Amino acid sequence: MSLYSFGLDPVSCHAWNKDRTQIAISPNNTEVHIYQKSGKEWTKIHELTQHSGRITGIDWAPISNRIVTCASDRNAYVWTLKDRVWKPTLVLLRINRAATCVKWSPLENKFALGSGARIISVCYFEKENDWWLSKHIKKPIRSTVLSLDWHPNNILLAAGSSDFQCRVFSGYIKDIEEKPGPTAWGSKMPFGEMLLEQGDDGGWVHSVCFSPSGNSLAWVSHSSTILVTDAANKKTVTQLKTEYLPLLAVLYLNETEIVAAGHDCCPYQFSYMGPDSLKYIGKIDLPKQNSKVNMSAMQHFRNLDKRATTENENTDLETLHQNSISQLCIVEGDRSKVTKFSSVGLDGDMVIWDFKH
Amino acid sequence: MSKATTNVDFRKVDVDQYEEEKYEDDAVVDDGVTGPNDAEVQALIAKGRLADALQTVLSTPPIASKNPAVKDKAAQVVMKVLTAFKAADIDGAIKNLDQNKLDVLMKYIYRGFEMSSEGNGAQLLVWHDKVFAVTGLGSIVRVLTDRRRV
Repeated sequence: MSLYSFGLDPVSCHAWNKDRTQIAISPNNTEVHIYQKSGKEWTKIHELTQHSGRITGIDWAPISNRIVTCASDRNAYVWTLKDRVWKPTLVLLRINRAATCVKWSPLENKFALGSGARIISVCYFEKENDWWLSKHIKKPIRSTVLSLDWHPNNILLAAGSSDFQCRVFSGYIKDIEEKPGPTAWGSKMPFGEMLLEQGDDGGWVHSVCFSPSGNSLAWVSHSSTILVTDAANKKTVTQLKTEYLPLLAVLYLNETEIVAAGHDCCPYQFSYMGPDSLKYIGKIDLPKQNSKVNMSAMQHFRNLDKRATTENENTDLETLHQNSISQLCIVEGDRSKVTKFSSVGLDGDMVIWDFKH
Repeated sequence: MSKATTNVDFRKVDVDQYEEEKYEDDAVVDDGVTGPNDAEVQALIAKGRLADALQTVLSTPPIASKNPAVKDKAAQVVMKVLTAFKAADIDGAIKNLDQNKLDVLMKYIYRGFEMSSEGNGAQLLVWHDKVFAVTGLGSIVRVLTDRRRV
């Protein structure tokens, strides 16, 4: 694993380019910074400053090389690289509250955006007028949409919301794609059709993730639980109540292994083998072995002088991240076999973790 | 300055009632569970079968009830059971509880803190410590987030 610090400000969101040589991050303000990898260091090469509100979501489409950003100023922009400069295109969202999260679809012909207006906007490009249009999914969402994830078939969309429910909708847009075939989640999929609504005792759904095949859906809730719905097994829900602080991000590493991270500043590994079989495997961050060196008399006196105590109190956390992890992203490997994933947190650090299957 | 500027009555107006799409919390359906049977629990305590009394009160919490009197009565019964325990027996009793019952127990412990009658404090803190050692921070987070309040 490797750690890189982007400064003192929290990193609200991040996205990688196709060959992982560039990373787009937002340091908790209205700008997006793009860094280029040079050896072990990262150098800033671009600053995207179109937004007037805090950036809440960034996603980088690997094949078409477009970046979509959304912010609390109720806007989203799609950026394309022209003559080595990123140029924004406005998206007509028609929302009256902040945008909270954004995700490109697997085929990159549309993207979904969640907002505090209790609406999911599925946006696609209209050639005649050269702009991005949006279609809204409104019912029955009753509160802010906190997270989104696309199914591999490019049609189904999972949304986690602060009305304590996790839902699966159809994001089928007939102007740009063909009718989809039936899946384990359902067969009739007109736009906006809800195929699953599942809630738990009362935690906001912070993050959702489809498995590589799309047959199961994992989500994490603020009630410190991780839940998995299995479409292949009659949509049964398996719940695991954890003993940790709430998790904020979840990611599938292969068909059965799940990694989740959150306010405990450490990624945890879970394994889902089938209904009622969701188990906690272990921490992915192994704590540093604190070598207790015998303190010299000079150290004792120095501590007494500075801190009025002779104990060597180390106030750092044992984990690599020193503050909550806000987002997890695949770095190496495709969805069905992730070998490296990245985490960013409120401490301004980005850590790349290795995972062996 | 005129007197009107010190008037803070506007803070008492509930502006949310005018919101058309207000979120109605209707997920908790009253399923008629009215809490543990007082007489039965008293009998178990009198016989000294405290672990069984604990299992009984934790299996029928009136979390779905909309009637505060029902909830108060149930909480009183649970407090009786918790204070009847000797410190040494608490560990054994906790070992036999499953995850759901432990979460309910943690909810009652915090309810007990709220009710704050004089004798209970120290005993409740011992309970809190022992349950926390088993369930960790997760169950405390669930006490805070779960809308089915005890």
